[in-house]
Amino acid sequence: MRSTSTAMSPAFKMTLRVLTALALVVIYVPLLLVVVNSFNASQTFAWPPSDLTLEWWRKAADSEGAKDAIVTSVQVALIASAISLVLGTMAAMALQRYRFFGRDTVSLLIILPIALPGIVTGIALNNAFRTVFGLDLGFLTIVVAHATFCIVTVFNNVLARLRRVGTNLEEASADLGASTFTTFRLVTFPMMRSALIAGGLLAFALSFDEIIVTTFTAGPQEQTLPIWIFNNLFRPNQAPIVNVVAVVLILLSVIPIWISQKLAGATDGLAGR
Amino acid sequence: MNSAAEGTAARPHLLARFGRAAGGLPRRVSTVLHRHPRLRLGFLLGPPMLWLGVAYLGALGALFITAFWGQNPFTGDVVREWNLDNFRTLWESEVYRKIAFRTLGIAALVTVVDIVIAFPVALYMAKIASPRLQRILVIAVLTPLWASYLVKAYAWRIMMSEGGIVDDLGGFLGLDTPGYGLAATVITLAYLWLPFMILPIYAGLERLPDSMLEASMDLGAKTGPTLRRIVLPTVFPAVVAGSIFTFSLSLGDYITVRIVGGANQMLGNVVYDNVGAANNLPFAAAVATIPVVIMLVYLAAARRTGALENV
Repeated sequence: MRSTSTAMSPAFKMTLRVLTALALVVIYVPLLLVVVNSFNASQTFAWPPSDLTLEWWRKAADSEGAKDAIVTSVQVALIASAISLVLGTMAAMALQRYRFFGRDTVSLLIILPIALPGIVTGIALNNAFRTVFGLDLGFLTIVVAHATFCIVTVFNNVLARLRRVGTNLEEASADLGASTFTTFRLVTFPMMRSALIAGGLLAFALSFDEIIVTTFTAGPQEQTLPIWIFNNLFRPNQAPIVNVVAVVLILLSVIPIWISQKLAGATDGLAGR
Repeated sequence: MNSAAEGTAARPHLLARFGRAAGGLPRRVSTVLHRHPRLRLGFLLGPPMLWLGVAYLGALGALFITAFWGQNPFTGDVVREWNLDNFRTLWESEVYRKIAFRTLGIAALVTVVDIVIAFPVALYMAKIASPRLQRILVIAVLTPLWASYLVKAYAWRIMMSEGGIVDDLGGFLGLDTPGYGLAATVITLAYLWLPFMILPIYAGLERLPDSMLEASMDLGAKTGPTLRRIVLPTVFPAVVAGSIFTFSLSLGDYITVRIVGGANQMLGNVVYDNVGAANNLPFAAAVATIPVVIMLVYLAAARRTGALENV
């Protein structure tokens, strides 16, 4: 339909269409299985299900462990996202608006926490928290660890946005006498807003699903949702409840995806990862 | 506020009086910042660099110092004597060498599988699908990222069990489930990280102007040469950017291999067991240097392709 398509032969286009459809089937079959199993009467998820039940949903609704874990995860993700929003925006503004020695190294440093395997970041922070800072592992240490690897998502989104909008409006604002802070509040910030939301959502998602770094930085009391899931996945009594929680998460994921789709330019950050 | 700003230039002492009356400190800070770009840069760069450059890099540095220390076998305490014993053990032990190469192989294979699957999907999304379908497909690719990593890995465990879905469906094609092992690990990891490969390639292809493809066709190139000489070179940095994630995420994984990998171990398991059960942090740190060195080499190579600009 679009003019580009003329550049490819019809057979090739058909092949791409079939391959894409197949890939989507493979992507969604496991998710569908999780949904079906949340109603599967068999506790060991016998396939195909011989009978369907709502029992797991009822039990999940009563599960205090699951609820506590969700609350902890939401709190951690919110605070970690807030920290990474501030730090990521500052770093992006510095790197986009200034040329200075070591600029490349700084951008590498921001990517590093997510480019290095999680287990390395995990034990490095675990060691530093306990021996260097003398902290007890707990809520605070999880938040610090998560913020460290979330900065990059905000950074990428804001950087892409700043690159696109340029500095003309900010200069105009300064010429008209606005102070640095007023310009930021009335000009820069509104231009960045949707990029901040997209980056913040990604940071939230990244934190919410993280388990490896969390394993090493969580104390014995705190259970984030992924840790709760890991502890319960292999327990025959709990596995069906874990399935229900997973289905709820898949359903809830519609909200952030809907928000990010509502925002213009939201894809640049998503693709940026 | 505007009139105050005009007064600024003309009558500095008036400004000072006015400033004190109307929240003068922010304005004075603002003026200083405005006149000194370096100070502004320092203000912007300071906090993130304290966090990442001092705290995070410091933590990494402290970890690698312990790799050169030892452990008291009786008390389990870290002994601060410099030596290379941990690295010698790593180098000389057949088991660890095997695990290291296995991990590297898995990470490379997962990356290749993801590139092969992601490329046609991304090409279809960016260059063939209608704008409406394009939006739907982006959502369809993103949604699984929000589902729990563990639950997805566990779903594959259920699917690949004896008599599970893979057996059921594969039966038509004469395929058996691979069972729990290295094949299952590669499949599951490739599944988990696939969106991280599709999205950058899609973004890279979207930036490729349609007119380039048309020009290629007008000059008589068929689909094959157009792909090879125009599409592939343009998406290469995007592929490298995606591979940083698929490669690094696979390199450090120890959970998926536990769920679907049978008795196989990856480097992550060795590190995990040495931090936890064995409580031998120095040795764990030495093992952890392997993926770090691999990733640093990888990142250095990726930087030369310009891929980091796309991450």
